[in-house]
Amino acid sequence: MNAERSPLPPEPRPLAPGAALRLMLLIRRFEEKCAELYSAGKIHGFLHLCIGEEAIAAGVLPLLEPGDAVVSTYREHGHALARGVPAGSVLAEMYGKANGCSRGRGGSMHLFDATRRFLGGNAIVGGGLPLAVGLALADQMQGQPHLTACFFGDGAVAEGEFHESLNLAALWKLPVLLVCENNFYAMGTHIHRHQAQPDIARKADGYGIPAAVVDGMDLKAVEAAAQHAIAAVRSGQGPFLLEARTYRFRAHSMYDPELYRHKAEVEEWKKRDPVALFTAQLRAEQRLTDADREALEASVAEEVAAAVAFAEAGPWEPLADLLKDVHTVEAL
Amino acid sequence: MTLSMTYREAIRAALRDALQSDPRVFLMGEDVGRYGGAFACSKGLLEEFGSERIRDTPLSESAFVGAGIGAALGGMRPIVEIMTVNFSLLALDQIVNNAATLRHMSGGQFSVPLVVRMATGGGRRVAAQHSNSLECWYAHVPGIKVLAPATVQDARFMLAAALREPDPVFLFEHIMLYPEHGEVDPNAAAADPFRAALRRAGKDVSLITYGGSLKKTLLAADKLAPLGIEAEVLDLRSLRPLDTAAIVQSVSKTHRAVVVDEGWRTGSLAAEISAQIMEGAFFDLDAPVARVCAAETPIPYAGHLEDAALPQTDTIVRTVAEMMQHHA
Repeated sequence: MNAERSPLPPEPRPLAPGAALRLMLLIRRFEEKCAELYSAGKIHGFLHLCIGEEAIAAGVLPLLEPGDAVVSTYREHGHALARGVPAGSVLAEMYGKANGCSRGRGGSMHLFDATRRFLGGNAIVGGGLPLAVGLALADQMQGQPHLTACFFGDGAVAEGEFHESLNLAALWKLPVLLVCENNFYAMGTHIHRHQAQPDIARKADGYGIPAAVVDGMDLKAVEAAAQHAIAAVRSGQGPFLLEARTYRFRAHSMYDPELYRHKAEVEEWKKRDPVALFTAQLRAEQRLTDADREALEASVAEEVAAAVAFAEAGPWEPLADLLKDVHTVEAL
Repeated sequence: MTLSMTYREAIRAALRDALQSDPRVFLMGEDVGRYGGAFACSKGLLEEFGSERIRDTPLSESAFVGAGIGAALGGMRPIVEIMTVNFSLLALDQIVNNAATLRHMSGGQFSVPLVVRMATGGGRRVAAQHSNSLECWYAHVPGIKVLAPATVQDARFMLAAALREPDPVFLFEHIMLYPEHGEVDPNAAAADPFRAALRRAGKDVSLITYGGSLKKTLLAADKLAPLGIEAEVLDLRSLRPLDTAAIVQSVSKTHRAVVVDEGWRTGSLAAEISAQIMEGAFFDLDAPVARVCAAETPIPYAGHLEDAALPQTDTIVRTVAEMMQHHA
């Protein structure tokens, strides 16, 4: 509808190392607090933690522009925080409070923030992919320079929506950054037990989509791969699939007894903890002192404590508003 | 002054209006462009508006309906055509889990101004997988609105009303209506699509129907007149929200109701309407509510079997006559 394209945004730039480490620490400590609050009965329902996968959120999302759209999964606390959704409003949402980022209607799996074009939090595996295609189509038709980043897991590639969406995005050359967080388990089913071709990046080839595999435990590697992928999408040639190989250190959800994997496997992956790995890299480069790290921890602890206070203090939605927002009352 | 046209031409004119009046509107679906639409509703629009706005899609119902939702979230006003309701089942996840929920689940931050059109119903000898009437399933879901244009007038103007809605609206076009001729009154373009319309006034019984069954029901009313039965015919037009007030008002006047619905009887819209009549007009009833619905079978291919499976004018006449005989 608007043939004239707005000027392209600048080259994607990663966060400064201290800020990147702080973001990963924030996600880690925030989720540790969430687990604690779940046990304390403050958070209910499903709670899917991304502990172990922080480098992907921290390595991709800060490189996006404010006008870009983000579509995520039900394991999206890290994505929301990395997109700048305030920790307090995320936690308040998990409490089910009115000051939550979805006014208590969504919970952990459905975090939304219109001001940051953060479109959830989709709890149907693969369900966000067609939405991302549509958001990118809208931007393309309106001549906007934005892209849509769509996060999904390895489980989603078994869904028809994955294949339909990749085909459509490639066919129409839509600006979609496809980020597969491959943690090797579709809930409890290992990728070798759910994929005939477990090399996910290769599936992109069937749709003529360029793809790359990256070590999702290595922040610097994720940042570099994301820079390349974002530049490719912004060039107007269509989508790019970035497969980040990672591991979730915690159970699938708080209900999961983890009968399907060995503790030794988890311990092996923990040796490549993305937070510890990046900390060690910075120390080796003499860019981080113990005092720096302590200061970051203190600052993150303060932010998490403030988030808890915000959630605790939040009001409940009145029952009178039960039917609110099923439909839009005001004209658009 | 009224204009004479077919139902299909009315839809095409409505699409053209929408595309001309709002640059955010585009049409997307299987074979809507070069083929001209499976029912020729969009014939000629590709040439007029170009392939950006008349967008042929792959046979990926889930992806293109989901993309419609995404495009609506992104500021466009997509009209998604699903060839028939039968294929819409492949997009149910996107419709029920995304289109219907996103406004609510985001605490009111995002609206989905999406219009989905699809053909519904039986009667074309195309067997079970092409003859379903599943609009009732959609009418079950909070967060979406469901319209069933039964007349050429409504085919002409309901689309614009649907596009004015800030939330998802589903339009069900009965497959047998496309070649029907009718009159279009441009002065009545602004009629509220969510209100039922009294298509014929009567005092003895209310025949409540929608979509493809309206014509059969009006014919039944014609046949009942010489028998001394004055039937009122109410066209629901909107299946969600239902115009409960109009239903109750009519039944309170006639004291009898027959619901004609091409969906299967079990769990049908007719069941919902019957319940609403019981809740709102129980003490006005002179007879139990009757239902003329599809037989409880997949819709068969053979003509005599299909005809027997679907509501027909004679079945409606017989049902009303028996009701009047036993509950005069």
